[in-house]
Amino acid sequence: MDFVKWGLNPWGESILTHVSWTLFWASLVAGLMFLVAHGSYMLLSAHRKRPATETDRLEATFANLPERIERHSLMARLFHWVMAAAMFTLLFTAFLPVAGVKFPWVTWHWMAGLVLTGSIVFHVVHATVWLDFWSIWVGPKDIPELKAELMRELGRDVPGPKSGKYPLGNRLYHLAIVVTALGAVVSGVLMMSRVRTPVFTRNPYLLSDATWGVTYVSHGLAGVALVGLVIAHVYFAIRPEKWWITKGMILGWITRRQYLEHHEPDRWRVTANPPAGRP
Amino acid sequence: MAVIHDVMPAFELFQPESAADAVTLLGRYSPNAWVMAGGMDSFDWLKDRIKRPSVVIELSRVAELRGIKERDGGLEIGAATTLTEIARSPLVRAKFSLLAEAAELVASPQIRNQGTVGGNVSQDARCWYYRAGWACYRAGGNICYADTPTAVNREHAILGADRCVAVNPSDTAPALVALDAQMVIRSTRGERVVDAEDFFIGPGTDITRMTVLAPDELLTAIRIPATWANAVFYFEKVRDRNVWDFPLLNVAAATTYSGNKIERIRIVVNAAAARPLRLHAVEAAVVGQPKSKETEERAGQLAIEGAEALRYNAYKIPLMRNLVKRAIRGQQDT
Repeated sequence: MDFVKWGLNPWGESILTHVSWTLFWASLVAGLMFLVAHGSYMLLSAHRKRPATETDRLEATFANLPERIERHSLMARLFHWVMAAAMFTLLFTAFLPVAGVKFPWVTWHWMAGLVLTGSIVFHVVHATVWLDFWSIWVGPKDIPELKAELMRELGRDVPGPKSGKYPLGNRLYHLAIVVTALGAVVSGVLMMSRVRTPVFTRNPYLLSDATWGVTYVSHGLAGVALVGLVIAHVYFAIRPEKWWITKGMILGWITRRQYLEHHEPDRWRVTANPPAGRP
Repeated sequence: MAVIHDVMPAFELFQPESAADAVTLLGRYSPNAWVMAGGMDSFDWLKDRIKRPSVVIELSRVAELRGIKERDGGLEIGAATTLTEIARSPLVRAKFSLLAEAAELVASPQIRNQGTVGGNVSQDARCWYYRAGWACYRAGGNICYADTPTAVNREHAILGADRCVAVNPSDTAPALVALDAQMVIRSTRGERVVDAEDFFIGPGTDITRMTVLAPDELLTAIRIPATWANAVFYFEKVRDRNVWDFPLLNVAAATTYSGNKIERIRIVVNAAAARPLRLHAVEAAVVGQPKSKETEERAGQLAIEGAEALRYNAYKIPLMRNLVKRAIRGQQDT
């Protein structure tokens, strides 16, 4: 099976042209298989939830916290949903024609790509200046949490650190999306110089044939990877035990109990309600 | 550049004697099968070794794919009917002379004797960059060599370009769209009938194909309804040589009048884009209008709205405007 496609340029040189669309089907099937496998595991396994008594105790301790804890600001939510709309448009316009649904897709695709690029630029600035930038990243400090999460998934009742603002799964997914989406965006913006848009003057010779080949293959690899990643994301977004996270992305807040049940107050500090009578 | 070789690469040749057998073979061997009728497009591809099918299904023995017969006041033309047969057919000339005229202007007498109407409408783009076998968009690559700053693109598209700027080179296609023809397509999945206007597709829809024909489908017939029988027809083809040449542009129009006013019209231009362009805006603008200089001018201007020239084909824009004006006028003199 070929993973990439090759062609000849006018100088008789063999050049990379695209990824093989077999990879799209592979990513689609992998995403769906993960969905089925994880769903089956969650149904049949003995994964552990935190005991309610522990959360009851925490709720008593942190009774001065507001009933609703803000999890995502309006701007952060707007970014997320605009990016989601752009991402779905990009994936459908890219892969429906591959799947046999033929329609003029290119204009929709690059327009959605520009929306995604704009929203990512906004997000980077917004997260850097106004949000806790490091709260979404993973690093060596997360190893104890990873171990504890894995043990719980395997059915062991272990104590261990809870997550900060973002669960470990969220942060790992964010990392994967950063790599793939940035790959798709950077290569896609370059590729826009090869199509007619009001944004760039066409310049098909911006890069050498070989570099264009790498650019197209990078775009394709990022695109097919995003198929599987987005399937996984949608799957987790609608899972019952994760619904509180999705609801938080819609409404912007979670309850105090959800905060205490899933997060480590030391790692995600929330300002308490001021005592009565004080401003 | 591609070089015509003396010997084609080996392939397995099938010569079915019925359309059903041809369709079965296509179902069995597609996408590695190549359908050949007159061979006017096929032999270039095969001898240049750009297309290397493992199977060729040659249709000359399928009698049911040939011939012209009356059907519901219109005509049904077998896809393997030659262009000469169409140009000379009394049935075609009596009611749909537009198609006879278009067929008569294809290439040269020898080619019309051999070439079929099915092949003429299904032929691939004539862009030499594409036909050279380079990895252009249409060939599955990632560049249009005809749309680069130094490209030779005198014959290429001024409208509807979407990465690829190749044009549809058919003369009979615009006539069939103007006559509201229908294409009968068969495969092992059954038969489907597609309006000629929807049969041709641009690169935005599928950059590697000129028509909706899937690799396992066979165009078996073309039906022309009675709708435009004996209308006032206009066909004009502009080309570099008076014979044996593809159109730089062509225009086909079918019009009916009520007194001096245009009652109904279908007007189609080809070789301006990757598919024959039916000029809906022009049609809407001229219906109900008198046949006059003002109507012609308006039609001509509307026709070229959105046209975008490449380096060497800016001449096509005024040419298209003038062809449309002449089609509205119904005569070539200025």
